[in-house]
Formats: sequence, structure tokens, C-alpha cells
Amino acid sequence: MLYNVKLRISYTYETSADSHRTLLRMLPRTLPYQSLIQGVIEADPLPSRRRDGVDFFGNPTTDLSHDMALSQLSFQFRGRVRRSEPFAGLDLSSKFFDLPRDIAAYRDIGPDSPHHFIAASPRVPMEKEITAFARSVVNENMSTLTAARALSTALHDTFDFDPTATDVSTPPIEAFRNRRGVCQDITHVMIAGLRGIGIPAGYVSGFLRTVPPEGQARLEGADAMHAWVRCWCGPEIGWFEVDPTNAIDVGTDHITVAFGRDYSDVAPAKGSLRSQGSHKTSHVVDVVPVDETASRI
Amino acid sequence: MGQRETTMQDEDLARFLANYRPPAGVADELMQGEGRLRPVWAEFIRRLAVEPPQALAQRFAAGNQYLGDAGVFFRQHTATGSTESGWPLSHIPVLISQEEWAGVSAGLVERADLLEQVMADLYGPANLVRDGKLPAELVAQNPEWLHQMVGLKPKSGHFLHHLAFEIGRSPDGSWFVLGDRTQAPSGAGFALENRMATTRMFSDFHPSANVERLAGFFRGFRDALNGLRENRDGRVAILTPGLHTDTYFEHAYIARYLGFMLLEGAELRTDGDRMSVQTTHGPVPVDVLWRRLDSRSTDPLEFDDASAIGTPGLAAALRAGQMTMVNALGSGVLESRAFMAFMPQIARHLLGKPLSIPNIATWWCGQPKERAYVRDNLERMLIGPAQSTRLPFDIDASTTLGGNLRENADQAVRAWIDRDGATLVGQEAVTLSTTPAMIDGTLAARPMVVRVFAARTPNGWTIMPGGYARIGRTSDPTALGMQSGGSVADVWIVSDKPVAPDTLTGDLDDGTFSRRLPALLPARAADNLFWLGRYAERAETVVRLLRAYHLRQSEYGGDKLLISEALESYLESFGVDTGEPVPVALMQLFDAACGCAGMVRDRFSPDGWMALTDLSKTAHDMASQVTAGNDAARAMSDLLRKIAGFHGLVHENMFRFDGWRFLTLGAAIERSGQMARLLSVFGEKTGPVGGYDLAVEVGDSVMTHRRRYSVATNRNTVIDLLALDGDNPRSLLFQVDRIKQAEERLSRGQVNRPLGDAARKILALRTALAVARPSNLTAARLDEIHQELIEISNAVSQQYFG
Repeated sequence: MLYNVKLRISYTYETSADSHRTLLRMLPRTLPYQSLIQGVIEADPLPSRRRDGVDFFGNPTTDLSHDMALSQLSFQFRGRVRRSEPFAGLDLSSKFFDLPRDIAAYRDIGPDSPHHFIAASPRVPMEKEITAFARSVVNENMSTLTAARALSTALHDTFDFDPTATDVSTPPIEAFRNRRGVCQDITHVMIAGLRGIGIPAGYVSGFLRTVPPEGQARLEGADAMHAWVRCWCGPEIGWFEVDPTNAIDVGTDHITVAFGRDYSDVAPAKGSLRSQGSHKTSHVVDVVPVDETASRI
Repeated sequence: MGQRETTMQDEDLARFLANYRPPAGVADELMQGEGRLRPVWAEFIRRLAVEPPQALAQRFAAGNQYLGDAGVFFRQHTATGSTESGWPLSHIPVLISQEEWAGVSAGLVERADLLEQVMADLYGPANLVRDGKLPAELVAQNPEWLHQMVGLKPKSGHFLHHLAFEIGRSPDGSWFVLGDRTQAPSGAGFALENRMATTRMFSDFHPSANVERLAGFFRGFRDALNGLRENRDGRVAILTPGLHTDTYFEHAYIARYLGFMLLEGAELRTDGDRMSVQTTHGPVPVDVLWRRLDSRSTDPLEFDDASAIGTPGLAAALRAGQMTMVNALGSGVLESRAFMAFMPQIARHLLGKPLSIPNIATWWCGQPKERAYVRDNLERMLIGPAQSTRLPFDIDASTTLGGNLRENADQAVRAWIDRDGATLVGQEAVTLSTTPAMIDGTLAARPMVVRVFAARTPNGWTIMPGGYARIGRTSDPTALGMQSGGSVADVWIVSDKPVAPDTLTGDLDDGTFSRRLPALLPARAADNLFWLGRYAERAETVVRLLRAYHLRQSEYGGDKLLISEALESYLESFGVDTGEPVPVALMQLFDAACGCAGMVRDRFSPDGWMALTDLSKTAHDMASQVTAGNDAARAMSDLLRKIAGFHGLVHENMFRFDGWRFLTLGAAIERSGQMARLLSVFGEKTGPVGGYDLAVEVGDSVMTHRRRYSVATNRNTVIDLLALDGDNPRSLLFQVDRIKQAEERLSRGQVNRPLGDAARKILALRTALAVARPSNLTAARLDEIHQELIEISNAVSQQYFG
């Protein structure tokens, strides 16, 4: 699939701040199943300085400084991404009960090492209640992949998608107890559950296509940036991505932006401003499939 | 020397050591078995033994006096908050022979080099993990292993520059390491303060006792850090979490001692990728940061985004290779208890030999064999979190001493180990050596550990010849921490050979010296000094007004005078409730002044600080005792005398550096502003009866008025004396002159530039006052002047603190 993607994040400040520093993770990753054909990140107003880089997990970063008083600031990504099916083979994932042995044998601390994703992380503490829930929907004879899908489906069935119930800083346990929230909450809860039962799990930020193919229902979470889960299924297939908000395997409707342990590693815009007072944020996302058979777009 | 004298000494010694009984089965610093003194202690302890108890008490008092005068404190945490407590010095130092220390030093240098190698590997190729020398999960799950820093090679070529080791002595007399402090070790400054105190206590003995000096260690590290700067324009700064940290005093002390800036994260900016600090003379590059805060608090963009004490962009500046961080971010990873379990095999792997000084025996319960060993030897184990960075004897809720378990409880612990093994370590419940401490007038044996400091210089690691010992309150080794009532002692490394005196400058006493350029003043420090001046002055105004009020109350009792009512409402504008003899609003002003002074402890004299805190304490103490009327008036007079003492210290003793000028500027702006207000309310013909006299009284000019004018107070004499008399230090003109002089000195070096905004406003006001006559200064004009002074204050803030 070929997509034209646009993401715009805008801030307005009540009192003007005199200096801003922002770290963006808005550029889609290049992966075996995804390529960024063209993409540009812009800030308005134009920044004083800019430095592009790649973080530990391989996510593209853009570090911007604005040395000026501002009452509004916005960042935009525009680009074209080609996406194919990430995984379509057999379930070769390890048996759920073999996983601890596979993890222990993994002698590496590189970005894809399951060791980073098995314990509590800044935004996902271990929670007994969530672990108990996860344990109740899996059994020891399942493959890791089957267990992850089971948890994804169970969470999807029990959660109400409700943007008013939580905000960006809601702890997973609170969303879990209310069984309400958005993709970020469900993703955090599922990560906590997987880790609780011994499956390494991480956070993926990205986009969903805004308009569904004809005759299909619109997917939840397409109006803003989306989030889903990746879990480590043993040395044979490695990482596999599941979308618990929609209870589906991640496929060609998803576009991956960043990998991390939880939201704190992948936040699209982390900012700091030296001022008092409140600010407002808005996100606009547009993901439009390109009709490659048409002669012009 | 006769036989008789020796015998008497022996008798004295026996009496002195009557209660000194080291427990069986541990080493003792003083005694080497069968009641024989270790040679290194012999002379010192015999000296003390022959002294009458009062003489010894006097020595100890001299030490306490020094620490009190120097303002050494530490922050004591309690259930309800934290307070500053006196420094808990255990007066008897720990003596260790130079020969033995040389061995300890060599072992610690080897360990420091090893830690550097481990650090470089964990943030580089991670071969230790790949080769199975260190389990991957202990690194990846260590909260201090910062993935953000992987792949970053430090600009200086080294990750570690300043380390501390906690060492103890085994029953067999050998030393071992209890913990590595690699994050941002504190205490080197405290070691120095302890030394200052013990040199005073034993001033007759110390110079000839061949005690190794500490100055050389600090000089070496200072020069090493200065050598890491990009060029001579760059600065070295100590990065502190701020006033409310346990060890803030030490940060301020070290900064003052070594001549480094003391900065908080919010003062730093990234201009381009070079960090800079805003000073009163513009931004100045900072090339080396000696951080005293944890890595994760340093940059909210990359680490803990809730950190309010960090600097956004700091990690990026490091990545851009523009700055050296001491120690590199992420160095705290080496502090975890679990690492201790792997250091022996890492040493064999990387050094090809076992550690010269072993560390505390540690078993990670994530491995089956080790887990079984810990389960089977519970009674001599400390069991606690594997990733904890606390020292083994810091027993807390999450750490259990196996031997202390009640019957049957050990089954529960075994189950705990089986269930959560990967997150637990067992550490040998070590016994520590004992050392003499004076407890209730008698010498007793108490357990101790020594904190030793290492600093990297261009010639490799140096070890401080000394350090500080922590001494247990009781014989229980788990109560060593200061927070649990332990105390600290100086450590003397005693040589066989004479030790030459040494100073930080390293200068010989031959009369040569160099004069350093005045240090630049960070804008935040200037801001605090400015407001210290303003708050102290405002407090004085309120005290004077309150004294005037209570004098009138006591003279006229219940009959309310119009002037008293006017005073009540005037004081109300300061938030003062005249119903309170020592109003809360007044105490808040003293507290605010102390708050400002507390932020600039590195630039403010200890005497000035003592005077200020004493003022605040006196006011708080008075609040519960003083009654309205005469009593309150007397109390205010007492406070005024103390304020005068503070002014005296500031103006007679403080060096005329830029900081002093900001203090003066703040005080003069406040005093002139208050005078303009006072005159506008009480210097009017239409004002309350007695207003003129009140103004003259609050303006502290009663005598002068009597001498200078042959008449009773009238509007012209009052305005002349309190506004326009250039010889009266209370007058508007005098204070505006002071403002002008201070500001001119601050903006010096900008001779040919146009006047700054502040200077322009000051000059206009000064000129207007110089040519004014009393009749020009109407109440409306005085209000205008008050407004102009506010604008001057704002202009100063904008120009210098922005």
C-alpha cells in the first residue's frame, strides 16, 4: 500500500515563553516491510537550530530549538510511505512456557534485545491486577503468539474506546480499572499484562489509514496518532505486532513511526518551554491511500 | 624521662581505655590484640590519655565551634519534613598508617580502572554481556543504564572522573569494598571540613604528627577539571539539584573552595550545542559540569520528563561533543548491588587476575546455584533488591538480615527467594572493624566504614589520603548512616616521615602570588543577592514601624490615636496584622531573606549567613513570648540591633565584588522606595497629627533633626532631612546616590556604550532630587518617585538577571 501521510501537532501558549526545545519522533521508520519514499518535518515558526538523529531504538529524531518568544508553535510531517504485510508466515513462535529459557539465552543488550522489554519501564509499572487478568486469558500450552492475540482480543472486548476517560499521563492501572481509554491506554495495559506473564512487550507509535477500504468499518484511532503492541515471540520469529485497540494483527493499514518500551520512549513531541501558564495542544492526522492505478494524483 | 613517668602514662592509658572493649571476632583499629596499641595510634592516644577530661572537652568544643561557625550542616529527614542539623562529628579521628594506605590506594586505583573499562563496555560494544560475564537482564533492567547514552564516547576520553568507595575491614585485618559510588559521589567536601575541625582540635599535635595533607588531592582534581575546558573562556561548574538536597552545603562549600561556579539546571542554556550560563555580564560558556545530581534528572527531554531540575538539551550537547560531564551520564549503573556478584569474574576476565581488594561477597539469586547457596546460608546473609544502589548495611524495609529472622520466618524468606530470585541478591552479613569513639565521656569501640575518594588526573587516578569514616551510634553495624544517628570522623593517614604543609594554591610561602580576575556572577546568584538586600531592608522598615506603633500603644494605652490608626493601615499594606506582637508577615520577610541567602551560600560569608539565620530564629522565638505594647517595642529594638549586626558584617567585611553590589542595589532601592512612601503618607500637612515626628523616628533621624533645625518638625524640615540631605544615610538622595554608584560599577567596562535602561532611569531620578526643593516634593511627586524606583528595580532585573 502507498500512503500520503500528514501529521500536524500545534501548541498555543497562554503566556509567551522565551525559549523552547523540542524533541520530535514524527518521521516513519524504514523497515523491511515499510519504506519512507519522501518525508519532511517542518516547524512553524522556523527554528533557531535543528539536528536530526537516530535514537537507541532506531527511531528518527528531530531536535529543534526556538530562541524566541512564541505564543504558538506547530510541527508538521508530510510524506509518502509504502507499507507491506509485516508477517505472513507460520506461527513459529516459542511455546509460552519455553520463553523464559529463550530470553535467558539471549546474551545481548542491543535495541531489539527482549531484556529491555520484560520488566517495568517508566510509564508501565508491573501491576498484579493486570497480570492476573492476562493470566486468566492464556494457558501454558499456547504459543506465545496465540497468547498475545488472546490477550489483545480480551482487552478489546472489555475496553470501551473513550477519549474523554483518560489523558496522555493516565497510569495504565487506572485505565484498566475503568476499562476505558484510547489506544495509548490499551497498549500500556497490554504491555503490562504481557510482561506480567513473562512475554517481552514494547510500544509502537504510528498511523492508521483514515478512510477504510470500501465496505469496511472505519478503524478506531485513526483521528490521531495510533499505538499498538509489539511482543517478542522467541528467537524464530522475533518481534510480532498486535493492535489491541482493534484486536487485529498489524498489517498494511498501519504505518510504524517509532518503537520503544512505552510511550515515554516514543512521544511524537517532547517539549520544554521556559514559561509559566498553561498551553493547548492539537493533533491532526491524515492518512490517505494513493491510487497507484490512477494516472495523476 | 624517668621510669616513674612512663608508669604514670601507662596508668593514665589504662584508665583512659578502661571501657574500651572491642567485641570478640572483629578487627579493631586501635588495638591489635592482647591490649596492645597499634603503633600508628600510640603517640596520639597517649597524648589524650594524660589530659584531664576538661582539656579534652575543650578540644572537642573547639571542633564543634569551628563547624558551627563554618555553618556545616546536613539535612535530617523526618516523618514531617526535613531540617538542617548540626554536623555529627565523632571527635576522635581514625588513624591508618601510610604504609597500609599505600596498599589500599593501589587496590582502589585498580578498581577504578576496572570500573572505567566496564562502563566503556556497557555503553559501547557490550562484550561483557555477549561473553556471559554479566547477565543481560541485570544491565537492561538497571534503571541507571541509560539506553539514550549508548554509543556516546565522552569528549574527555573517559566516563569516570570522580569516584568514592565504601571500604571496611574484615576480622582478619584485610580491607574489602562494600560499595562503589559512581553516580555523583558526595562527601569529599565533608572530609575537608572534618579535617579543618580536627586540625583545630588537635592544633598542638597535628602539625608534627606526620598526617598526610588533603589539599594536594583537591588541587590535582581542580587542575584536571580546568584542563578539560575547551579554552580559557570556558568554565567548570558544579551542577547542584539545589537548596533542598541533603548535601547542598557540600556543593556550595566545594564550589567556594575550588573556585568553580555553582549552578542549577535551570541556569544552563544550550546556545548552539555549547552550554552556557547567563551571568550579569552576558552568557558564558560552561565546558565542564561536575554533576551532583542523578543522571535521569539532568535532561527532561531525554530522561525523566517530570524532572524540574534538569536542562533540556543537555544530553544533546554531550552528544555533540561540546562538553564534559563528570561523571558521564549513566554511570550510576555501576552502583547496583548485583554487579558486586560479577566483579570478581570480570576482574579475572579483563585484568587476568583477581581483585587486589575484594568486594563484599554477593550472590545474584537469578542463577540456580547461587540461589541455592543463599537459601542454604540464610543466617549469614543480607537479602535485598538486586538493583538497589544502597550499601549493604543500609537496612531498609526491602532488605532483610537473614540471621535476624524469627523462628519459622526463614521459610517465608526461602519462598520469597524462589519466587523473586532474579530481582534479589544475597550479600554476606559482614562484620566491620571497630574504632574509638568518645561516648558519654568514655572511649568506646564502635563499628566503622571509611569512604575513600578517587579523582582522575592527567596522570591517572589519585586517591585522597584520608576520607571520612562513618561511625555507628551503637555496636550494631546497620546503624552507621547519619540518618539513623551515626556520626562521622576524620581519617588520618600517618606517615613515618615528616609531611610538608600544603595548600590549595600549592604556592610556596616566598611572597609570590597571582591575583585572579574577579569571577563572573551567575544571573541567578545576582538575583538572589539583590532580593536578599530588598527583603532584609523591608524587614527593617517593618520592624521600625512596629516599634513606633507599640511605643505609642504603650504610652497611650487604650486610647486610640489617629496616628496609631494610620500606622495600622500603613502596616496592613505590608500584610502585617498589628494584632500580632511579632506578626507572621514579618517572620515571612526574614524567611524570604534567608531563602535568598541560602541559594547563594557559595558567595555569602558564613558569618553573614549565621547573623541572618539568627535573626530569623530570634523573630520566630519571640513570636510565642512577646506581648503587645512596651514588650513588643523592646523586642523590635532587639531585632533592630541584630539587623544592624547583619548590615555591619555585610558592609564591613564583605569583599566589594559584583555580588555585594547587587545586595547593595537591592537594599538601597528598597530603602529609598520605602522612604518615598513613608513621606508621601506621613509627611503631608493633611496627614494625621504626629506624622512628621513618626517619619523622623522611623527614618532614624530624631537626634539629627533636633541638632540641625532649631524648630519642631514641620513639612519642610522633614522633607529636607529625609529626602534631600545628601549626608543623611536614611535620605532619598543618599540612597539614590548609592544606587547610582553601585550600578555604575556593575556596568563598568562599557564606557563608550550608551547608558543602559537602568542607568538612564537612575540618573534622571538622581538629577531631579539634586535640584529639588522641599516644596517640589509633594505627596503626588513622592508617589511618582516610588513608582520610578519600582521601574529602576525592574530595569535592573531585566538588564542583569534576564
